[in-house]
Amino acid sequence: MGYFNKDINMDIVVQKVTKRFGPQKAVDDISFTVKTGEILGFLGPNGAGKTTTMKAITGYLAPDSGDINIGDISVMKDPDAIKKYIGYLPETNPLYMDMGVIDYLRFTAEIHNIPKNRISDKILLMINTCGLEGEKHKKIGELSKGYRQRVGLAQALIHDPSVLVLDEPTSGLDPNQIAEIRDLIRRIGREKTVILSSHILAEVEATCDRILIISKGRIVANGTARDLRKQAQGREVIRVAVEGAVHDRILNALQRLDSVALVEPVTGRDELFEIQSREGMSSRRNIFSMCVANNWYLTELSPVETRLEDVFRELTMN
Amino acid sequence: MKLIWIIARRELAVFFDSLMAYILIILFLTVTGILTWLYGNDVFMSGQANLSVFFFWAYWTLFLFIPAITMRLIAEEKRSGTIELLLTRPVTDWQFVTGKFLSALILVSVALALTLPYYFTVWKLGPIDHGAVLTGYLGLLLMSGAYISIGIVASSLTNNQIVAFLITLFIGIFFHLLFGLLSSGFSGIMGRILNYLSMQTHYESVSRGVLDSKDILYFLSFMVTGLVISEIILTRRNIAQN
Repeated sequence: MGYFNKDINMDIVVQKVTKRFGPQKAVDDISFTVKTGEILGFLGPNGAGKTTTMKAITGYLAPDSGDINIGDISVMKDPDAIKKYIGYLPETNPLYMDMGVIDYLRFTAEIHNIPKNRISDKILLMINTCGLEGEKHKKIGELSKGYRQRVGLAQALIHDPSVLVLDEPTSGLDPNQIAEIRDLIRRIGREKTVILSSHILAEVEATCDRILIISKGRIVANGTARDLRKQAQGREVIRVAVEGAVHDRILNALQRLDSVALVEPVTGRDELFEIQSREGMSSRRNIFSMCVANNWYLTELSPVETRLEDVFRELTMN
Repeated sequence: MKLIWIIARRELAVFFDSLMAYILIILFLTVTGILTWLYGNDVFMSGQANLSVFFFWAYWTLFLFIPAITMRLIAEEKRSGTIELLLTRPVTDWQFVTGKFLSALILVSVALALTLPYYFTVWKLGPIDHGAVLTGYLGLLLMSGAYISIGIVASSLTNNQIVAFLITLFIGIFFHLLFGLLSSGFSGIMGRILNYLSMQTHYESVSRGVLDSKDILYFLSFMVTGLVISEIILTRRNIAQN
């Protein structure tokens, strides 16, 4: 899809960045890396410093201290050199409402110095990629919020940037549109460095390779969704359904297993139990053997995962 | 240079797509037309074929019209947030400011070009000093450039267009009138400084047909100073809080 070269390192490296607004530190000494080809999800409550960090990466706001590198270029020292590699969709998706969709994309393409003879092709490609076919002759001000968001994505992608900074790209969209935009980001993200912020945890989990949670200007978690769950959970929790004997007998047998710390019957369903194992142990094999020995039927055995919402709340509420 | 032109062209497209440009131009032509040809001390009273009446009134009309053109240039981008998108593209703050300046200057030039029939009419009426007309127009353009740069500064200070309009008038009136009035009240160095700062001093000498490099320098440095100040105001987001 263009002149992107996989050999070029376009990692985003954020080093000890601090940004103050008056006495308040919006971002407090944060460091992280986004690798080329990776999609990083940026989570955090409102006012945690997500938008400030993203503005700093785009070179719009210079940090008070620290540095940000994209590839070999320092955003602090050479903000103008970095701009052509970045596609940016700000949170508020600001567009010129009095311009037509095509005019606006042409303006963007010209600003990015795309050769004249390729501009029309680029515009067409963006209109197809972002699903703007039916709306391309309208003024941006006449479009619905979902279509404006697509124009916002189109302007961020038109120069085929190697780094994409998307601040809440799916806010205000309906579920179908969210799914489409998510697919689009996933598809494009394979060959770019992408950082996207969101409030919707399920979305970040579905779209992103890695998650960064920021709270009060500091990073409180950094890892894959699975890492974060594990980190928050510590002990194994499984849900089992055993049939073939009366409830109390099964309960007793489960409690007698070495690896089991706690058994909690699930109210409403007789055969269901939630089992917490002891620190560092797994009860799954023991439960299976127990059922075999007693000639019981094991009809369900599934790990209970901590929901990402719980992880998020635990890390950002204090 | 190319980027400055792209920005200016977009701005002009907005001016002419909305009714704003047409309304402003028609108002400008109506006001200067009436004052030049029909009202009171008009062209016919001077008994000479010259346009000094027009240049006098245009000087005042432009002073009032330019803030209306410049007020939205940057303030609107700040209000809607589009400035953020533009400045995260390969556009420097300087190119942004200069592009805005150029668009307003072109709009004023279009308005002034449409007053050329006045010149042709007077030419028909009697022998006209072509040089004086040329420098008269040059004076108007230079003076417009100076006020546009004030307008750009005001527009970059706020995200409210009305506030930008009023700030432009407020700063403008000092150069337009007050420094000139005050200078007569002071003698010595103070009087000379005020006299030098006054737009009227330089405009009158240019529009009389005297092309002095001192006057040209005054106008050009006025514009550059205005643009540099606006650039600094925009860059300030990186130093203090935004």
